[in-house]
Amino acid sequence: MLDRRIIDGNKFNQKLADEMAEAGYDRIRACIQCGTCTATCPAGRRTAYRTRQLIRKALLGLREEVLSDPTLWLCTTCGTCQERCPRKIEITDAITFLRNLAVEAGYMRPEHRGVSHKFIKTGHAVPIDDEKWSKLRESLGLPPLPPTVHCYPKALREVQKLLKKTGFDKLVEYKGDD
Amino acid sequence: MEEHSYNLFLGCVIPNRLPQIEAATRLVAPKLGIKIEEMKGASCCPAPGVIRSFDNETWLAIVSRNISIAEENGHDMLILCNGCYGTLIAGVHALQDPTTLERVNKLLAGVKRKVKGSVKAKHLTEVLYKDIGMERIEETITRPINARCAIHLGCHLLKPSDIRPWGTVEDFTVVDELVELTGATVVDYKLADMCCGAGGGLRSAELKVSLDMVREKLEAIKQAKADCLVNVCNFCHLQFDIGQVQVNKEFGTDYQIPILYYTQLLGLAQGFTPKQMGLDKHYISVEPFLEKIGMSL
Repeated sequence: MLDRRIIDGNKFNQKLADEMAEAGYDRIRACIQCGTCTATCPAGRRTAYRTRQLIRKALLGLREEVLSDPTLWLCTTCGTCQERCPRKIEITDAITFLRNLAVEAGYMRPEHRGVSHKFIKTGHAVPIDDEKWSKLRESLGLPPLPPTVHCYPKALREVQKLLKKTGFDKLVEYKGDD
Repeated sequence: MEEHSYNLFLGCVIPNRLPQIEAATRLVAPKLGIKIEEMKGASCCPAPGVIRSFDNETWLAIVSRNISIAEENGHDMLILCNGCYGTLIAGVHALQDPTTLERVNKLLAGVKRKVKGSVKAKHLTEVLYKDIGMERIEETITRPINARCAIHLGCHLLKPSDIRPWGTVEDFTVVDELVELTGATVVDYKLADMCCGAGGGLRSAELKVSLDMVREKLEAIKQAKADCLVNVCNFCHLQFDIGQVQVNKEFGTDYQIPILYYTQLLGLAQGFTPKQMGLDKHYISVEPFLEKIGMSL
């Protein structure tokens, strides 16, 4: 359904914009709704992702509506809107910040939870999780494992300790091996 | 011959999915006087499109740990992936703020580490163009490549531009120059600057949208009659190579555009064999390109 309904003005507030300003994205308030962001967006050209609309809703304080919007996850973070914004708003960074809030509010794609679990378990978002990858390395004259956390269990434990400290394991509902 | 030492940041996709790029780079580097130091125990950068999208503080803690590994010997980092580059350059930038630095070091103290933000995060193209220099690279070329190459830069090589060393986004010709140095001709195509569609967590959670973007680019590259696509980011490389197979399946197309990472192209021009450059490990056959330049697998 296209978003053409009338929004109840009583729902407007400054809270989300304040939160964004506090996180360093204070220029969002300089938005003149010119639409350069939407016009330059390669994802917006083929999907329902509308950068300008999301920014407007964030400014109006429609927190739940913004954070629960699945199109928030269609931004490839290419940064074109940010480069071309005539008001120099850090749009891509602001979208990333909104995603942080969305995840905190419980809106996370299962695929993304899966990537996060791999990251906690192995220290790599894309790990060697099958023998065929080590064999591929060997066929190229490389050691079966790269000199990363894959080779150093102590280094992996360091990463895991940090992820516990920042609460990332809880955030992505990691409960050990799965 | 003057040597330049760098800490090679491998990331995830190169060592764990596309080691042909790692192998090619490790062979090409010594010819250019690049000495590679290993970043032992480094992890995922972490990926900006996913992990940073989920929790900035986690992203900052892990990128700082990786930077602290490079600081152990003080050499700048050499980065082959635009995603890792985006993360590491933004990480070093964030650590220049004393309040952030203090906060991060409190976290890192828990794993007996300390970070200063004192090393630079350099993309392969910056190392080649600015540190090694075009003349030095040209001296290593023994077998010029006679082919028409389309190029794909990848978004995070240039953006956000305020924390990149280039000073331009629209007039960036460094990769064109590096490719032409091998003897090849760079061909322009529609939407050459457009994103490949892999980033931002799209390849993992919105595959069809992600593939639709690379499909548009593949069509334009085909129309431009390029012999291959040369890239400087392994995640874009993966999207163009493995993604091309997926595009053909998803959209019923039959694109057969060979995809080469820059060090693979340079290696061929330096006299390495296609197999040494790992060109037999690609998902889309590189044979038509090799045939064009008078080589075979």
